[in-house]
Amino acid sequence: MKPPRFEYHAPTTTEEALGLLARYGGEAKVLAGGQSLMPLLNFRLVRPAALIDLNRIAALAYIREVDGQVRFGAMTRQRAVEFSPVVRQRLPLLTEATRWVGHLPIRTRGTIGGSIAHADPAAEYPAVLTALDGEVVARSARGERTLRPRDLFQTYLTTTLESDEILTEVRLPAMPAGAGYAFEEFARRHGDFAIVGIAALIALEGRRVVRARLATAGAHPVPCRLRAAEEILERDGLNDEAIAAAAARAGELVEPDSDIHASADYRRHLTGVLTARALKRARARAGER
Amino acid sequence: MSAATTKWVGRPVRRVEDARLLTGRGTFIDDHPPTGGVHHAAIVRSPHAHARLLGYDVAAALAMEGVVGVITGEDVAKSTRPFSVGVTAPVRYYCAATDKARFVGEPVAVVVARDRYLAEDAAEAVTVRYEPLPVVTDPERALEPDAPVLHEAVGTNLAGHRRLVYGDPDRAFGEADVVIRERFRFPKYGSTPIETYGIIARWDPLEGVLTVWSNFMGPFIMHPLTARVLGLPENKLRFIVPPDIGGSFGIKTSIYPYIALVGLAAMKTGVVVKWIEDRREHLLASSSGTDRIAERELAARRDGTVLGMRFKWLDNVGGYIRSPEPGCSFRPTGNFVGPYGFQHLEVDASVVMTNKSLTGPNRGYACGHLYFETEGMMDRLAERLGLDPAEVRRRNLLRPEQMPYRTPTGGLYDSGDYPAAFDRALELAGYSELRRRQARARAEGRSFGIGIALAVDPSVSNMGYVATALDPQFRAKPEYLPKSGAVDAATLKIDPLGRVTAILATTPQGQGHQTIVAQIVADELGLAPDDVTVVDEMDTFTRVWSISSGTYSSRFGSVGTSAVALAARKLKRKLCEYAAHLMDVPADQVEFSQGAVRRTNAKGPAYSIKDLAGRGHWHTDSLPAGMEPGLQATAVFGFSGAKAVDAEDRVNSSNTYGFIAEVMAVEVDLETAAITILRYVTVHDAGTIINPMIAEGQIYGGALHGLGGALYEELRYDESGQLLTATFMDYLVPTATEAPVIDIAHVVSPSPLTPLGSKGLGESSSMTVPAVIANAVSDALAPLGVRITELPMTPDRLWRLIRQARKPT
Repeated sequence: MKPPRFEYHAPTTTEEALGLLARYGGEAKVLAGGQSLMPLLNFRLVRPAALIDLNRIAALAYIREVDGQVRFGAMTRQRAVEFSPVVRQRLPLLTEATRWVGHLPIRTRGTIGGSIAHADPAAEYPAVLTALDGEVVARSARGERTLRPRDLFQTYLTTTLESDEILTEVRLPAMPAGAGYAFEEFARRHGDFAIVGIAALIALEGRRVVRARLATAGAHPVPCRLRAAEEILERDGLNDEAIAAAAARAGELVEPDSDIHASADYRRHLTGVLTARALKRARARAGER
Repeated sequence: MSAATTKWVGRPVRRVEDARLLTGRGTFIDDHPPTGGVHHAAIVRSPHAHARLLGYDVAAALAMEGVVGVITGEDVAKSTRPFSVGVTAPVRYYCAATDKARFVGEPVAVVVARDRYLAEDAAEAVTVRYEPLPVVTDPERALEPDAPVLHEAVGTNLAGHRRLVYGDPDRAFGEADVVIRERFRFPKYGSTPIETYGIIARWDPLEGVLTVWSNFMGPFIMHPLTARVLGLPENKLRFIVPPDIGGSFGIKTSIYPYIALVGLAAMKTGVVVKWIEDRREHLLASSSGTDRIAERELAARRDGTVLGMRFKWLDNVGGYIRSPEPGCSFRPTGNFVGPYGFQHLEVDASVVMTNKSLTGPNRGYACGHLYFETEGMMDRLAERLGLDPAEVRRRNLLRPEQMPYRTPTGGLYDSGDYPAAFDRALELAGYSELRRRQARARAEGRSFGIGIALAVDPSVSNMGYVATALDPQFRAKPEYLPKSGAVDAATLKIDPLGRVTAILATTPQGQGHQTIVAQIVADELGLAPDDVTVVDEMDTFTRVWSISSGTYSSRFGSVGTSAVALAARKLKRKLCEYAAHLMDVPADQVEFSQGAVRRTNAKGPAYSIKDLAGRGHWHTDSLPAGMEPGLQATAVFGFSGAKAVDAEDRVNSSNTYGFIAEVMAVEVDLETAAITILRYVTVHDAGTIINPMIAEGQIYGGALHGLGGALYEELRYDESGQLLTATFMDYLVPTATEAPVIDIAHVVSPSPLTPLGSKGLGESSSMTVPAVIANAVSDALAPLGVRITELPMTPDRLWRLIRQARKPT
């Protein structure tokens, strides 16, 4: 469990990092919090020619409110997200989801950008990004582009980021005031990747659901927006029957795989159970403000 | 000595070890700088579960700058012998594969290089040619006539089989009103100590001495085995254990083949070789308990009295049967019947080899298996008879007036009040109230369950138990050498200022020996614990030790502490004789109390230890004629009840026997299959408790270990023999967040066999938690007719059982 040889660079600016990345032409890996990459290196499952360590780029760690969005520098630690008053106020779903991310030492190192770029479909942040319909900024020496979740996540651990691009920013639209929300997760132990997780957001006008957002972790090769289930709620409201119907639909929308921890059947079943639980908690919170 | 007359024993004295451990100043094997010029080993391991070795190409590895040597299976075959095994089947188990690889991760070569990074690069450059062979991992499949055979010389995958009969089980079953049958499966899991295996080996060709520093925990019976494998006289093989070991729980017993392998690498390359096992290697190829398939039968009368049992076991020891296996079947022989009074038992034990990693002692050594089955059977009996599970157990429990109790299998339960401890557990748990809560929960459609598990907790194994694996006819041969024993040694020295150094031959892995010995010596000699320095760095060249030495089988609290107490008492006698001489009175007119020797009539001056130590060291002429100079004593304590197995397969397989009574309440979420532990009570009778804080730590650890096997941990393999749980993302170990609140209580029945009345406690609830939680979950799901017969109860597995039960028929 020792990595093979690699060159190591610790640039202090994003421009410098992008220059290095371009120079290695796909042979370099970007190191953020290291919570996934370091084990992969030590297991020799990745063998990059070089590591480009972003941890010294101070300009990549921030949380800012801009134009109804909360923008996160990619190197913002999960721990900073967890305790950010801005996040708690504007994105309480993200605050709640962060408590499911690993354990304290992991969140102290792990970053929001690293988690999303790693694209583990069982991770919490990709699900939140998808539920909130946020976007990410990808930069390269060639320029900058923004990507929606559906354009970013391809399959397990695979994104459309180019080999010379760095995910530099995550943008999440502030949740509507009074929106109901919940992040439900089932894992075998606290802090593990989700067997299934559900991010839910509900905006009400009176008793009418004006916006329902549901996205999965762990139930699908990418975080899955459960649009057909959302539509049931936007049509029928938030009564128990509608929630049961949406939950049943949710289970049909995902294509889970089996692994050592859970079968596809069980994951599909949990998708329904957790969707119902998330919606009931979201309903109880809706209009709290 | 009772708690009332002691000042330190029985108190939660703060651990002297913790300051260094908590500030990162412990000395573990990887910190150990015993010698210069250290090179590092990386082990090339078989990627195949079963494959013939066709050849090696090591040229590319050797060509790398900084690589000093490569040892292959050819070198192993040429320069070492196979290890002795615990059965008569001709299993040739070398420290690395020589002819075939028989499990994924089996060592096939070792690369030695300047550093570990380079060694791993070079290990990748070693080419081993394999001919893959058909694989078998399932123990039942392995015994089918057309199954692939691992060891051609054995001709079958059955490493050993014994049918043990005690009493008249056929008659018991014939006379029974009820007979219960059930099949159980117990999973393969280990301990995952934070610190993995570590070895540093130095060969001195001039003196012909191989020195091995390692975190080997003993038993040191493996020292002569390893010496023989390497062709060394025993006094030319030196084992040294650093002061700190980062946990073991039995697993580090099985480091010894690696000691031979790394030792051979040092001998062949001529450099000092260091190998620190990484986590992947640990999960792939260190050690674990066996996976077992058990067929159980129980015969009882209508009133719930158990008349007899039949155990049919299939224990899977992996690719080779490695000593001390088949302890997986026979380690609990003396306590096969647990805390119950039935007299008739048949045990049909088969040990099978398959293409999985090797097994060995793992906390509770086979007792987790035993009680999971037995306690499951007791619940089924209660259900069949419509009795409360507590009542059915009470009707079969041994009574205090039966102590000491000779079990039908040869065990000698030294002391205990099992009904009192059980009642204490029921009372602490609020058992009747839990039953009322259960009724209310069920009325609300919730799945609330209560489990009970009782166990006899054996400590200090008697080396003789292993021979139960051999046929009595074999053991009756004149050339057969019987085995028995459970021995530990300790030396105490008093320095000229009256302070004490205690020297042990133990290998603590976190048990707090330094603290406990200081407590005992302080009480015996009327000192403060701070006056006692405890040295427990095992060194086979300098320590007084026995072949059964080591820190395993919960033995320190029983046998190790006894050696310390006896050494202190020897010293006290000498001090009394010396003081009597100085006072010019007969020795029977003085006594030792509160750190000084006084006349029994209280006249004249007292001689403190400090006073006697000063005089004794500086003025030997003041000693009485014939007294050996010096103030030190070595005591070697051995249990006289540790006898060889008899012709009827009876053996007192342990020396002290504690008792555990547990009650657990759980709720099962029928939608997600999540299990929530609501109440967990564990009551222990381990005789005198020397340090209740340390005892509590052991119980917590044992309970969590048991919880691992019950809910989380399994070394799972696919059909091709690949390990599916080779990282901590897949091999799940319970952490602090999974720990339930544990209510602990002690009932104290001092052992009559040890000077302090203490028994072992180190394995404790690891052997009961799988049973108690399985019983609680079964009780929760009883309305659905779901009964747990297989562990771990993963949510997926439990959800399937629930779904199947709820399916409309």
